[in-house]
Amino acid sequence: MQTFAVYVDNKPGVLNRVASLFRRRAFNIESLTVGHTETPGISRMTIVVDTDERGGRLVVANLYKLIPVRRVDNITDVPTIVRDLALIKVSATGDARTQVMQLVDVYRARIVDVSPESLVIEATGTEDKIDSLLEVLRPYGVGEMVRTGRVEMARGTTTPARRGARATVVGLDDAGAGSV
Amino acid sequence: MSSDKQTLTGAQALWDCLVREGVTVVFGYPGGAILPAYDAMLDFPIRHVLVRHEQGATHMADGYARATGKVGVAVATSGPGATNMVTGIATAMMDSSPIVCITGQVGSALIGSDAFQETDITGITLPITKHNLLVTRAADVAPAIREAFAIAANGRPGPVLVDITKDAQLGTCELDWDGAAPDLEALARPGHSMGDDPIELINAARRPLILAGHGIILGGAEAALQALAEKAQIPVAMTLLGIGGFPASHPLNLGMMGMHGEAWVNTAIQEADLLVALGMRFDDRVTGNIKTYALNAKKIHVDIDPCEFNKTVKVDSAVSGSVGDVLREWMPHVATGGRSTWIDHITELKGDSAVRDIQNLPDDGHLYAAHVINDLWRITEGKAVVVTDVGQHQMWEAQYYKHESPRSLITSGGLGTMGFALPAAIGAKVGRPDAEVWVVVGDGGFQMTMAELATLVQEELDVKIAVINNGYLGMVRQWQEFFYQRRYAATPISGPDFAKLAESFGLHGATVTTRAEVAGAVATARKCRGALIDFRVEQEDSVFPMVPAGADLDKMIRRPSPIVETAAD
Repeated sequence: MQTFAVYVDNKPGVLNRVASLFRRRAFNIESLTVGHTETPGISRMTIVVDTDERGGRLVVANLYKLIPVRRVDNITDVPTIVRDLALIKVSATGDARTQVMQLVDVYRARIVDVSPESLVIEATGTEDKIDSLLEVLRPYGVGEMVRTGRVEMARGTTTPARRGARATVVGLDDAGAGSV
Repeated sequence: MSSDKQTLTGAQALWDCLVREGVTVVFGYPGGAILPAYDAMLDFPIRHVLVRHEQGATHMADGYARATGKVGVAVATSGPGATNMVTGIATAMMDSSPIVCITGQVGSALIGSDAFQETDITGITLPITKHNLLVTRAADVAPAIREAFAIAANGRPGPVLVDITKDAQLGTCELDWDGAAPDLEALARPGHSMGDDPIELINAARRPLILAGHGIILGGAEAALQALAEKAQIPVAMTLLGIGGFPASHPLNLGMMGMHGEAWVNTAIQEADLLVALGMRFDDRVTGNIKTYALNAKKIHVDIDPCEFNKTVKVDSAVSGSVGDVLREWMPHVATGGRSTWIDHITELKGDSAVRDIQNLPDDGHLYAAHVINDLWRITEGKAVVVTDVGQHQMWEAQYYKHESPRSLITSGGLGTMGFALPAAIGAKVGRPDAEVWVVVGDGGFQMTMAELATLVQEELDVKIAVINNGYLGMVRQWQEFFYQRRYAATPISGPDFAKLAESFGLHGATVTTRAEVAGAVATARKCRGALIDFRVEQEDSVFPMVPAGADLDKMIRRPSPIVETAAD
């Protein structure tokens, strides 16, 4: 599994270009999230691809061929903070309701909506944590669920993607002896 | 350029920008959604070549680009005009040819409404263009055109499509040429190099080979390649599109590699201890079975496009950059070579092929395509620009027409587009009016785009056409003969009397059925302004050698040797 932070121009059709590239080159996307960055006009995608290190290099090189792509970082082996956000609707009345509320506490999740028949839980954390929460909630009856998919950021100081910046490619070079 | 600001319509801005980009000719076909642009065109110093089908326009722009090194331009209307360009765009994409396609689009208010002649051409061409743009405002025309030219020509070249809505053509804008300049820094892409030191690999190699591809020609690296090959004494083999990047008559030239490459080249690749791949991409037609490809060799890969590194063949050293720049940097560090043992060995390998060569077999009275092409090479002294179609004749051309200079063979390699030759030759002739341009085309491919004969005549262009007519879709027939027990499904093909057809368009036409007539017919055609010769060649001849698809590179089907009969070795 390889994870990429991809900075793109925020223009119509860019997501389509990226998705089309992955389809055409037969790279399998595990998850893809996209959102604004601190730089106006630049969006950031976090893309998780089911491939190995060599495939990861091809993904980076291919992404760079898309004109609206400004910068690609392979953050697979970089220490990162990973988060997934889920909204989970659980049917819970009576005793079940109390039990669910206890579980929510254990997982440091929040109840954001209450109705006579159900609760909506907001949970943030790693994908594992969300998976685990889902597992324990399932016996109560998960009526509906939505997840953002993985967003990820490298720890420590990073250079923000400047518009038009000539990029340094993290994780692409083999730090090899290529002489040119 | 001046920074004057003028008020223009989007249509005028389009032509103004094209002229400033150095465009003097476009290949196109008018229609409703591109009408404002066509109307404005009359006021600009632009030659318009009216094609007979928009596919022809893209191939002409492509042929123009490959013959001149400049960006070729094709124009079409929305809907069917745009979709007819698709094959030509994909052809240019696969062969890294810099073209800009301009299409009209329905008014921006109508987009998405299934309006008359509306089609989502930027969506359709997304995977087959280097980039494409939809322009919906007149003010965006100039930046789009400038960006399109920069993208098409820079780095690894390729096709760019600019789709301009009718209202963007009709609307007005302040044309600010300087303000519309593309952000070249933003367009620049990071390169990367990895693996072993290429210089050390080269200097340590005892049996090295250079594999030269299209990148040599696209990057203008012919002189740098020759300098390196001569200094290090490394023989040079070429891909189909690399032909012309190294002089055929050079003692270090080995000829073409791959499926229909020379037997000694494929054998040498399997025996080599180093492959120096320059501006080529290890296409499956070049490697044969990837699992057994050049197992004895270290591999250095130089390419402007890092996407090509380790895509199919795993390499030991990858260097990204324009081939010429990289080679010039290498030169001082490369040791002067003494590799005569290796070179002598390859020369020995050639002997077996010479025995089998159809040129050296006794004349059996039949007319073979290889003879026609060899004669054509001799009579034109190897100086013609030859534009081929796709199939057997294409391979024979690559084997028997000896190209000495770059941009003298124009052919559809990657996509293998039948119907490419005639329109591409028209583009080449428009770009290089002083060159002798020959089309070498099969009777199948010719019938795909022969309507462009009318374009040829209307534009009064002097292009010669050699139809290699065997009454079959020859390459497919050959596969059926070798791999499908001679079951000729849908490969026998009839056609018109091509000579009479040419005459009906106002061209000189001739039919040749024997080898004795070849020289005379070619000589006569060379004196005419536009000519077609219908060469009725041996019907069931095959291209040798042949590496069956997916087979090991040195497991070739050979032309039977007159000395030692072997069915296949």
